[in-house]
Amino acid sequence: MEVLNEFLKTKGIYSLVMILFFLGVYGMVLSKNYMKKLMAMNVMQVAVIFFYLCFAQKDGAMIPIQNGITTDPNAYINPLPHGLMLTAIVVSLGTTGVAIALLMRIKEIYGSVEEVEVLRRASK
Amino acid sequence: MTIIDCRPFLAVGVSFVAVILIAFSRRWPNLREAWSVIASLLKFGIILSMLPAVLDGNVYQWTLCQITDTVGLTLRTDPAGMIFATLASMLWVPMNFYSIGYMRCNQEREQTGYFAAFAMCMSAVMGIAMAENLLTFFIFYELLTLASYPLVLHKRNQEALMASRKYLIYTLISGQFFLAGVIAVYCISGTMSFTAGGFLTTDMAPKWVLQAAFVLMILAGSVKAAVMPLHGWLPAAMIAPTPVSALLHAVAVVKTGVFAVLRIIGFVFGPKLLAEIGVTDVLAWAAATSILVSSLIALRQDHLKRRLAFSTIGQLSYIVLGAALISPISIKGAYLHLVAHAVMKITLFMCAGLIIARTHRNNISELCGIGKKLPVTMACFTIASLGIAGVPFLVGFISKWNLCLGALQAGKPLYVLLWVASGLLAAAYLIPVSQMAFFVKDPQEKFRQYGEISYAMLIPICITTLIALILGCVPNVYPHFYELATMASNAVCAGWHGGWL
Amino acid sequence: MTQHAPIFIVLLPLTASLLCMLFSRIKKELGAWIVMASIVGAFLSACTVLQRVIATGGKTWHYWMGGWQPPIGIEFALDPLNSVLAVLVTFISMMVALYSKPFVKEEDWLHVGGYYTLFGLLTVGLCGMIITGDVFNLYVYLEIMSLSGYGLISLGGKKSMLAAFRYLLIGTIGASLYLMGVGYLYALTGTLNMADLAQRVVPFVGTPLFAIAVACFIIGFGIKMALFPLHGWQPDAYTFAHPGAAAFIAGCMSKAPAYALIRFMYYIFKVDSPVMHSALNVLGILGIAGILIGSIMAMAQYDFRRMLAYSSVAQIGYIAIGMAMGNMYGFIGAVLHIINHAFMKCSLFLVIGGVEHRFGEVNLYRLGGLNKKMTISTITVTLAALSMIGLPPTAGFFSKWYLMMGAYTGQQYFYIAVLVVSSLLNAIYFFRIIEQMFVQREASLTEVHPHKGKLGLPFSMALPIFVMGIGILVLGFYSVDIVTDIIKLGLPEVFLR
Repeated sequence: MEVLNEFLKTKGIYSLVMILFFLGVYGMVLSKNYMKKLMAMNVMQVAVIFFYLCFAQKDGAMIPIQNGITTDPNAYINPLPHGLMLTAIVVSLGTTGVAIALLMRIKEIYGSVEEVEVLRRASK
Repeated sequence: MTIIDCRPFLAVGVSFVAVILIAFSRRWPNLREAWSVIASLLKFGIILSMLPAVLDGNVYQWTLCQITDTVGLTLRTDPAGMIFATLASMLWVPMNFYSIGYMRCNQEREQTGYFAAFAMCMSAVMGIAMAENLLTFFIFYELLTLASYPLVLHKRNQEALMASRKYLIYTLISGQFFLAGVIAVYCISGTMSFTAGGFLTTDMAPKWVLQAAFVLMILAGSVKAAVMPLHGWLPAAMIAPTPVSALLHAVAVVKTGVFAVLRIIGFVFGPKLLAEIGVTDVLAWAAATSILVSSLIALRQDHLKRRLAFSTIGQLSYIVLGAALISPISIKGAYLHLVAHAVMKITLFMCAGLIIARTHRNNISELCGIGKKLPVTMACFTIASLGIAGVPFLVGFISKWNLCLGALQAGKPLYVLLWVASGLLAAAYLIPVSQMAFFVKDPQEKFRQYGEISYAMLIPICITTLIALILGCVPNVYPHFYELATMASNAVCAGWHGGWL
Repeated sequence: MTQHAPIFIVLLPLTASLLCMLFSRIKKELGAWIVMASIVGAFLSACTVLQRVIATGGKTWHYWMGGWQPPIGIEFALDPLNSVLAVLVTFISMMVALYSKPFVKEEDWLHVGGYYTLFGLLTVGLCGMIITGDVFNLYVYLEIMSLSGYGLISLGGKKSMLAAFRYLLIGTIGASLYLMGVGYLYALTGTLNMADLAQRVVPFVGTPLFAIAVACFIIGFGIKMALFPLHGWQPDAYTFAHPGAAAFIAGCMSKAPAYALIRFMYYIFKVDSPVMHSALNVLGILGIAGILIGSIMAMAQYDFRRMLAYSSVAQIGYIAIGMAMGNMYGFIGAVLHIINHAFMKCSLFLVIGGVEHRFGEVNLYRLGGLNKKMTISTITVTLAALSMIGLPPTAGFFSKWYLMMGAYTGQQYFYIAVLVVSSLLNAIYFFRIIEQMFVQREASLTEVHPHKGKLGLPFSMALPIFVMGIGILVLGFYSVDIVTDIIKLGLPEVFLR
């Protein structure tokens, strides 16, 4: 129990993030529907974002807004990963946008977003 | 003494310029061919202008640019390179006139490409002859492969396609082996400059590495020199127009192969090292087998050019064998035979080309009685055949004599027998052609003659026959091939006396 | 002005591409010209940078964005390698931008504007990736490059949608893995600046987290550069990409990630730790497999573009084994091959794009008699093919030479064998094309866009083809200058000790 607690306390969240990441990859590889693949891709990207947020966290620290009481950097959580992730979110939004646009065209051309169906019609 | 002078590069560059000029004079055939002739004369002049100094023991050297961070594109005229350069540029002059006559007589297509590629080949050959280091040598070696490829492909039909593929497969594979060998040698020794007597020593690398490098490089040389069993491309390449067969597949390309062997043995590994790592015996056996087998195959060929091709394979192996015996006299004999075979074989091929152009007959069995129609041609053919067989007072005799002495000097007298046997075989496969031409009546009684009698083709044949006669009687006549060969072999074998003599 | 040259490499095309749509609305041609002008500007700035970096003896030029000093601010780090690759990318971009004008000539303003916007952004992404000195900034440029790349691929017609979508899925995995790797490194060292990272990462090189980060980078960049088992997206993407942009995509889009991987391996992680040794071995094995399988697959193709795509897999293998040798000559070979291969692949795609434009034909068995119709193009193909095979004096020979030297000095003889075999395989499938063009009977092709003149193509297409073809020879002749004056100035510390 002790070991489990220790594990969950130190690495638990990272394990969850990793599981989420590989769930995403798994979904992208194995699902037969392009829309589902796209959703799995988003799950994977979210996992990366979580990962950054996790290691930005500090025990007992507060949000990085100067409160006039202390200038000790240890009192605040690290703001940089959050900043980076804002960019990453924008990028993931862009990627999703492009992907959906492509998917719409695929649907227009092939009449379906099921992989088997699309490949069958594409090879014709 | 080293003279810093750009003339070696001028000799290479003059035909490069000609390539460009030829390509742009597509519409004016006379102008186009004039460029080729001018380039050949200029090239021969430039080479001859360097001859006196080289005979005095000087070398001309010039570095154009750096190829890699440590190796330069450098040309140098040492005696060995001078022999080859003089020979090739000398024979290009009559060949040019012959080409013009042949191409016009046959009304071939793609003549511009033909002359351009031909000039390119001659540039590459000059580069090979005068290369100062292995990398420069390799660059021109590959350039020659590329430049001669369109010539093999000249007829643009299925047969030519197959032949050119075969040619490329052989030469490209061997080129890559050569490259691997060059890199090995460079990394072992840290240098690439040809040095008379070799720059590798036994303490530089383990024995097997040296052996591997030697085998890689010699394999490459042997492919172009058509040593059996690597000869397959040469008979196939006979599909090319006859002037190409004459200058490239009897003189330039195959000679670069044997020249590569001579350079590798004499200037990279050196006699002393080779005696210690002992792989030259294998090469000598291969060359000896090649001499006998190719002569036997030549006996059975009815196609005239193919018979000459197999004869070439045998004759080239003379040179390889001479180099592989590594004694001073045998190496001298090898250099002399390089000259002798070139002069004789180019005559034979030019005669064959004239016969083909005038009668459209390719097979020997159809040539009965042709001596009456083409007397001068067949007389020259006979003289050159006797030369190949090694009759005294013809150019082939001197070199063969030296090769035999060299075999004795190296302590391997059995090879003398081989040369005698091969001389007899050569007589057996070439003399019947003359005999049929002069003494057998044509069963069909009629030769259809195509085209006019072309002095552009006939006179070059006479010139080369004359050269063969003169060199046979007075071996050291200008341009002093005999002395150059002696200088080269002495430099290579300084401090080395072969086997037991 | 010159002290701000680095930022202009990225800023000019970025501004122009954002304005492109607007100007295209006013006049169709205007947007295209503005993007082209901006790329010329970027090229000139890159040249200025290169010239100054060499003049200062190869010292890295740190350009601080907005004057903020790293590690707080973002910087562009311009060492000789970065600068020369920026010159290369902008040069090719310039050529291809000019080249692709006839392709979009008949389209409406939306299409023209969109095409050039994406094109400009692709240039921005590639240049940014090459010159940036900040690992997260690199991610942003990587995504700019990828997104505009997806767009350009999808412009190629019906089939390209599927190719682009698949590339998007796989590419996003690559980018996410890279981001993950950056996360690990940041968690270990607390910095994102490359120079800073290189120093702070030293104590951690033995830790498992470092190994995971390295693995993330290799897989992430491996996907983007189409390293062997991760190349699945590439043949379709190159085949169906917009024929105008395909040359740029094929020439440069796999090179920038390859170069980024070189930066990480050699400049940040150094290569002398046990983890890196195993990473290099993995790269070497993948490279060898890629060379052999890519070449064999290329032989089996009859679509010219698809053949070139598989040949790219093989050529990326060259770069990978150059990296994997871990010595100076291998490194030089890898960098030189990045430059050379960009030129060769680009010129080949330019030509096949031209053939497709004029005849609508990409089957390589139907190119018979092309030398009569498009002389300049066939000369370029011949030069590029010889360079691919690695015959002197074309550029490809020299990179092969340095790779072989590296293999020999590192005592890794099997690489020499692989390079020899690969040259011969290349020879088989490239001489097949040369034979087709020069020897085979004329194929009966219908002219989609008939052209009468001597060039065989509109001038704006023939010029880039000609320039790139000559460039292959020039690169060959000047390879020694590139090596001694540029690459050797920018060698990583590992080799200088």
